[in-house]
Amino acid sequence: MKLITSIIRPYKLDEVREALAQAGVSGLTVTEVRGFGRQKGHTELYRGAEYVVDFLPKIKVEAVVPDELLEAATEAIAGAARTGKVGDGKIFVSEVTQVIRIRTAEEGVDAL
Amino acid sequence: MNHVAHAPKRGLRTAITLAGLACFAPVLHAAPTATVSKGDVAWMLTSTLLVLMMTVPGLALFYGGLVRAKNVLSVLMQVLTVFSLIVVLWMLYGYTFAFGTGNAFIGNASNLFLRGVTPSSLADTFTAGVKLPEYVFIVFQATFAGITGALIVGSFAERMKFSAVLLFSALWFTFAYIPIAHMVWGPGGFMLTRGALDFAGGTVVHINAGIAGLVGAYLLGPRIGIGSDSMRPHNLTHTMVGAALLWVGWFGFNAGSNLEANAGAALAFINTMIATAAAVLAWLAVERVIRGKPSMLGGASGAVAGLVAITPACGTVGPMGSIAIGAAASLACVWGVTGLKRLLGADDALDVFGVHGVGGIVGALLTGVFTAPVLGGTGAADFSIVHQVMIQALGVLVTLVWSGVVALVSYLIVKAVLGLRVEEEQEREGLDTTTHGETAYET
Repeated sequence: MKLITSIIRPYKLDEVREALAQAGVSGLTVTEVRGFGRQKGHTELYRGAEYVVDFLPKIKVEAVVPDELLEAATEAIAGAARTGKVGDGKIFVSEVTQVIRIRTAEEGVDAL
Repeated sequence: MNHVAHAPKRGLRTAITLAGLACFAPVLHAAPTATVSKGDVAWMLTSTLLVLMMTVPGLALFYGGLVRAKNVLSVLMQVLTVFSLIVVLWMLYGYTFAFGTGNAFIGNASNLFLRGVTPSSLADTFTAGVKLPEYVFIVFQATFAGITGALIVGSFAERMKFSAVLLFSALWFTFAYIPIAHMVWGPGGFMLTRGALDFAGGTVVHINAGIAGLVGAYLLGPRIGIGSDSMRPHNLTHTMVGAALLWVGWFGFNAGSNLEANAGAALAFINTMIATAAAVLAWLAVERVIRGKPSMLGGASGAVAGLVAITPACGTVGPMGSIAIGAAASLACVWGVTGLKRLLGADDALDVFGVHGVGGIVGALLTGVFTAPVLGGTGAADFSIVHQVMIQALGVLVTLVWSGVVALVSYLIVKAVLGLRVEEEQEREGLDTTTHGETAYET
């Protein structure tokens, strides 16, 4: 099983969620985060005190999928989140050792 | 707000007769019978409410939104508590030493603990024979003293010990606010007798608080992380709400200083409306030109700057003069919170001197200009701008020096007795949790 961690633009969340649902992925965890890559921030001025705001608001989407769904899922995310401009975000894929459904104690792929 | 007649504890009729006789009116024989108008009383009680509203919630939210989230409650607390403390001290001894008949610098103890004042005691207005219940005048003035103390906390926000804030406020109120109020508004007051014009408190409130705050900012030192960490306002919506409440409440502050609900109040009222509007526009225009974007904080700051500047002038200038005063104050205060602030080198966290000090000085001086009848003011036909401005400048100077010195000594006393600043870890964590055991917002 794989953990897909995606950093995307906040307004792209609905599209990404739709695309993942169509790819067969139904469980998601969403967090509001701040970060930067190559996209620059901006400057704010409060009564003469200047602040450079480097950290930009993004959305982190986490989903755990069975190995067979990995490619479809990442393509769905990338396709929905892409605008072509700097700041689209990134997708990270990592290995998951175990998954357990709390209600039923099912394990592994059955728990997804 | 100049003279007060103290009636003995005898009864309404005697009080009225004695008050009427005691009136230092230029009338030689038949002093006008003292009257109390229900309209005046209603207006003055309303004005008092408005000034309370200016402090809590107005000033509290204005300041609260400007600090970081971890300190917002500490600012709200300091405003609320300092106001409450000073109002109590006012009743105990502030009123009598500010408005009693003593000498040019201080009143007397005749109304200590408000002894001698009853519901039928009367206070003067600016019209001979027209009186207010003395309690009305006392409580109205109490709110002025309270808001002045509350203004100062903006300078040392985010780093001062709560106990130190309270002790300092009590000391400064006693030895700076009371004498200066007496000099400007009290019977025989040093500035009053020299003809200084300060209708609602440009010197007594704003310059007074401004310099006390600046001295505090120097003595406390800058906040940890200034220049490197982000000190951004955490909620400018609060600041806007606070500024709006200040504007609305200020009509009580300014027009209430007329002490009667009549044409004088109307003049102060209209001046308070237009000076502020002009100041808002001026600040936004300057921002647009200098930094490219007019900001909400700029608009709110402009409003406050205009309100501060029109405070001494509102009773004696005309509406066109108010526009000039409001705009001039904004321009000066933009410099006050940028260039001047850098020049002074103190971390005046919420710009108490930059706005209230500078705005108060500009307003005080321009009062001497725009009171001239040729410029639409209510001055006499022989009004001399040069002469009046010099008197205004004297008032400004006396206030700056007296308040500054008292503030310095008070801070030093507090520093020796209690210490001024919180511990470094407490400042980093935030005053809300470390001083007050509370968090404003759930993460």
